[in-house]
Amino acid sequence: MNQGIDLQGSFVNALVDLGIPAGAAKALWLPLPMVVILVGATVSIFVTVWLERKISAAAQQRIGPEFAGPLGSLQAAADGIKLIFKEDITPAKADPLLFTLGPAIVVIPVFLSYLIVPFGQNLVITDIGVGIFLWIALSSIAPIGLLMSGYSSNNKYSLLGGLRAAAQSISYEIPMALAVLAVVLMSNSLSTIDIVNQQSGYGILGWNIWRQPAGFLIFWIAALAECERLPFDLPEAEEELVAGYQTEYTGMKFGLFYVGSYVNLVLSALIVSILYLGGWEFPISVSWLAGLLGVSETTPWLQVITASIGIMMTLFKAYALVFIAVLIRWTMPRIRIDQLLDFGWKFLLPVSLVNLLLTAALKLTFPMAFGG
Amino acid sequence: MTLAEGVQLVAFGILVAMTLGGALGVVLLDNIVYSAFLLGGVFTSMSGLYILLNAGFVAAAQVLVYVGAVSVLILFGIMLVNKEQAFVPMKRAWLGKAATAGVCVGLFALLAASTLNTPWAISGEVPTGDMATVAIGIHFFTDYLLPFELASVLLLIALIGAIVLARREFIPDVAPGDLASEALQLPERPRELVSSVSTPEIES
Repeated sequence: MNQGIDLQGSFVNALVDLGIPAGAAKALWLPLPMVVILVGATVSIFVTVWLERKISAAAQQRIGPEFAGPLGSLQAAADGIKLIFKEDITPAKADPLLFTLGPAIVVIPVFLSYLIVPFGQNLVITDIGVGIFLWIALSSIAPIGLLMSGYSSNNKYSLLGGLRAAAQSISYEIPMALAVLAVVLMSNSLSTIDIVNQQSGYGILGWNIWRQPAGFLIFWIAALAECERLPFDLPEAEEELVAGYQTEYTGMKFGLFYVGSYVNLVLSALIVSILYLGGWEFPISVSWLAGLLGVSETTPWLQVITASIGIMMTLFKAYALVFIAVLIRWTMPRIRIDQLLDFGWKFLLPVSLVNLLLTAALKLTFPMAFGG
Repeated sequence: MTLAEGVQLVAFGILVAMTLGGALGVVLLDNIVYSAFLLGGVFTSMSGLYILLNAGFVAAAQVLVYVGAVSVLILFGIMLVNKEQAFVPMKRAWLGKAATAGVCVGLFALLAASTLNTPWAISGEVPTGDMATVAIGIHFFTDYLLPFELASVLLLIALIGAIVLARREFIPDVAPGDLASEALQLPERPRELVSSVSTPEIES
């Protein structure tokens, strides 16, 4: 197996050559990937907000933002600066402690989940064994923050919105976890790296979307519901609940919800591309192309190219999914809360259970194709 | 002391402080909502302790089950029960609290003494770490099969119980009338259809 580019090893070796002890070199390396991923996640908000504004404008035959920066690309920065300068209001009878803590608890697990998103064989913060399971566990913390902010606002719309958000989040968690379980069953591992490696080798034909079409749809629907995107944005349905649990929030506390929702959307798109669209794999297997051209896989310049292609492919797939999510948001009506819960419990859950059983049966019958 | 050991020591101290402080808060605070949120904090810091013990899978399962499900359900229970009740201060309420404290301290002393006096057989093996999922799965389907299946039967019973409780429109004491036509119906009270024609009061 081609190990790909190993930045950590090269960095530590370079520092050891300079005379720094190996332990210290490793300690110096540790914060680097975390900072890079944090900055990347923050930049992804800007890109996604710009996409959202431009695509919504196109869907409604408007121009959209065009004065802030070239093509309005700095609009998100303008939004952020506006939110920072807004007065931070805590309602008179609110619970100030929980009111402040709520948005933080919503945002922190989302950023923490970037721990397991791989951009290449070694381009990941840490390849932990529980991998994708950690993401499922972390995404189950968010409802507590939503309940907290809904309750502490001391506003009936906020409380209802918070309860709705938590109900929606825990009901769609189950079909999502079952869809992930079917993928894990095929790759025999919870690690995101192993899940991508199991799809590699045959280019686009090896991706999980061909073997798990139902799982892909279930996961994508459930992920949209988890992100509270239209058509599932009931917790903040304006006509019914003013703005749900966000009603009383202004300034940067509202900004945290805003940031959290966009980072969560990008994260979900990244996870879908890892689980079903082959992660960092190019549609045509790069190692096969290299073999065709007679270049060894361990050639340094080929490794650099493979790594860059990997990062670009992961981001391209994720942003294609973000594009679809934005398009869905601006073209679909919102569904009702009873329809939402019926759909989650009475349709998605049975379908995902059948999908899991079917995957297990196919794995026993065709161990070659389904990762025996 | 290497860097890893130092980080472990500091993290252990912080996690223990969070667990104990949170647990005391759960018991001692008057506000039940604070107690419920602190319970979530206690569960999270316990999962941190599992991570320090190289049990990543158990830590993630702890967060998923206890923080993501149990705490959220407790919070749901608190927020959906709308019980407005004035708190009546009782005379000699401290007596009950003192008795509770005495029992708790005694229980703690007993457990601490038995923990310290038991000669634990500490395994010298290296922790399995990331391979723990495989080990747990093998145990579930070999020597721990019966407890595993019993737990799933227990969950099934709870599930059916919840469904029966949620169907509160069930009317058991209605005289059995036409059995042949009722056999194909769900045992629910028939609902009145909401008229789609708007009434004049609403229009005005």
